[in-house]
Amino acid sequence: MKTYTYTEKKDTRSGFGAGLAELGRTNPNVVALCADLIGSLKMKEFIDENPERFFQVGIAEANMMGIAAGLTIGGKIPFTGTFANFSTGRVYDQIRQSIAYSGKNVKICASHAGLTLGEDGATHQILEDIGLMKMLPGMVVINPCDYNQTKAATIAIAEHDGPVYLRFGRPSVPIFTPSDQKFEIGKALKFTEGTDVTIIATGHLVWEALEASKALNEAGISAEVINIHTIKPLDDNAILESVAKTGCVVTAEEHNYLGGLGESIARVLAKHQPTPQEFVATNDTFGESGTPAQLMDKYGLNSEAIIKAVKKVLKRK
Amino acid sequence: MPNIKELEDLTTQVRRDILRMVHKVNSGHPGGSLGCTEFFVSLYQELMERKDSFDMNGIGEDLFFLSNGHISPVFYSVLARSGYFPVEELNTFRLIDSRLQGHPTTHEGLPGIRIASGSLGQGMSVAIGAAQAKKLNNDDHLIYSLHGDGELQEGQNWEAIMYASAKKVDNLISTVDLNQQQIDGSTDDVLPMGSLRAKFEAFGWTVLDIEKGNDIEAILKGMKEAKSLTGKGKPVCVLLHSIMGNGVDFMMHTHAWHGKAPNDEQLAIGLDQNAETLGDY
Repeated sequence: MKTYTYTEKKDTRSGFGAGLAELGRTNPNVVALCADLIGSLKMKEFIDENPERFFQVGIAEANMMGIAAGLTIGGKIPFTGTFANFSTGRVYDQIRQSIAYSGKNVKICASHAGLTLGEDGATHQILEDIGLMKMLPGMVVINPCDYNQTKAATIAIAEHDGPVYLRFGRPSVPIFTPSDQKFEIGKALKFTEGTDVTIIATGHLVWEALEASKALNEAGISAEVINIHTIKPLDDNAILESVAKTGCVVTAEEHNYLGGLGESIARVLAKHQPTPQEFVATNDTFGESGTPAQLMDKYGLNSEAIIKAVKKVLKRK
Repeated sequence: MPNIKELEDLTTQVRRDILRMVHKVNSGHPGGSLGCTEFFVSLYQELMERKDSFDMNGIGEDLFFLSNGHISPVFYSVLARSGYFPVEELNTFRLIDSRLQGHPTTHEGLPGIRIASGSLGQGMSVAIGAAQAKKLNNDDHLIYSLHGDGELQEGQNWEAIMYASAKKVDNLISTVDLNQQQIDGSTDDVLPMGSLRAKFEAFGWTVLDIEKGNDIEAILKGMKEAKSLTGKGKPVCVLLHSIMGNGVDFMMHTHAWHGKAPNDEQLAIGLDQNAETLGDY
């Protein structure tokens, strides 16, 4: 079994900042907007190098989404930056009408997604954003797994003509994907081969899935781990191919089980190949204050929870 | 000097278009549309520097954004009669498979439309973004936008109004259709907004009034003055004192026709009051 290790941990939001900085140097049409969270979004490098292409809008996210939509009319490629909660729920109607329905080429870049925002608590920890964004016609939804993949995704979405939701997080997490990777929107990545169970994960849970697969392998269970960085459009074929072999699936995400990746997978399976599935996700609940590790533990979003779910789903085969 | 008679003829024809479009599908918003007819005709026929062909980015020309999208009938009629799409297409307003959706959309690719609107309060932000894109592109053309007065009750406007002056978006002329009516009654009954002039000025805008907001000559004079005030470090607000339902006597000065279509008899009366000038579609 292929094993993954890491030498460094880094936050995915810094991957966004690095990707944006690179775009600043390579794509003159890229502009950035921020609602008073430059430091949190790691946008400083882009701003220092391209001050005329940056728009500080203040604490006014609805206005930011509208301005971003307007900037596309003139050929700009706007990247908006704020927390995931304020990038989605707070401005859903603005995104719906001025960006998605209008087909505008805006990249909605959302940091501090999910529980791992930590101590700020439930008001800032959105666990519904994937659902909100994937329901919008034409919206691409991406949740990369580590620093390198987030950087690659940031650069790749500038080339995609249309609205994109890019979700990333605050804590430092292992870097385990290559720095020179090509990011292909909508293309699932198989990280380990296995025959007993398919573990499909997104975002911060991909590393936890790899950790789980290692432990499962030691216990004689062969797990195939698939990284779904693009939740919409979903790579149906990669999912169906894998479950045809393994016959059961565990999905893992830092999101409510309602409306998240797991539901998207369930839809594909229900339609093509009904398969036992267990969900590692939050159970229709708000979060609370705590350290990221404490929260992931309490709400069952770690490798232990994935192992437990695998054992459960194997009994249903 | 524009031929005022020609513009008035077009205005009358646009009123007929509005009445007929809304009547045909028994749905739509005639009141605000009629109240803004002179403004739209002035804008598209005289004020804006426009290219003959339409492209979404609109580089090298003035652009207009309609924020209160429910007055789509006047927008569609003036766009069609300004050459953006066939006038006959007005026949499809609000019908299935039409590019003329109830509220404007880019979705079906109707030339002349650059953003969807309908859910209120979003247009000024979009206009600001387009204005800032013009500056980045070293394009010295202007952005025009239109907003309902009731629409200013949406908070996003005030985020945008604050931003536009702070960031010196001085290539923007935002017009408020000050007809003092909204769905549930007069703006003073629903939610009094006090002095819009004082509010815009307090937010750092240059403000001017067009008192006779249904008089083409007054609109041209006022809007040309507004144009002369651009490029001076401040966004420009025009308070257009208009009469809702203008040109159809029983629709005037009331919110009753905000979103109601005339019946056969009412259509006939309205058309009688606006004799055909350029040919119906």
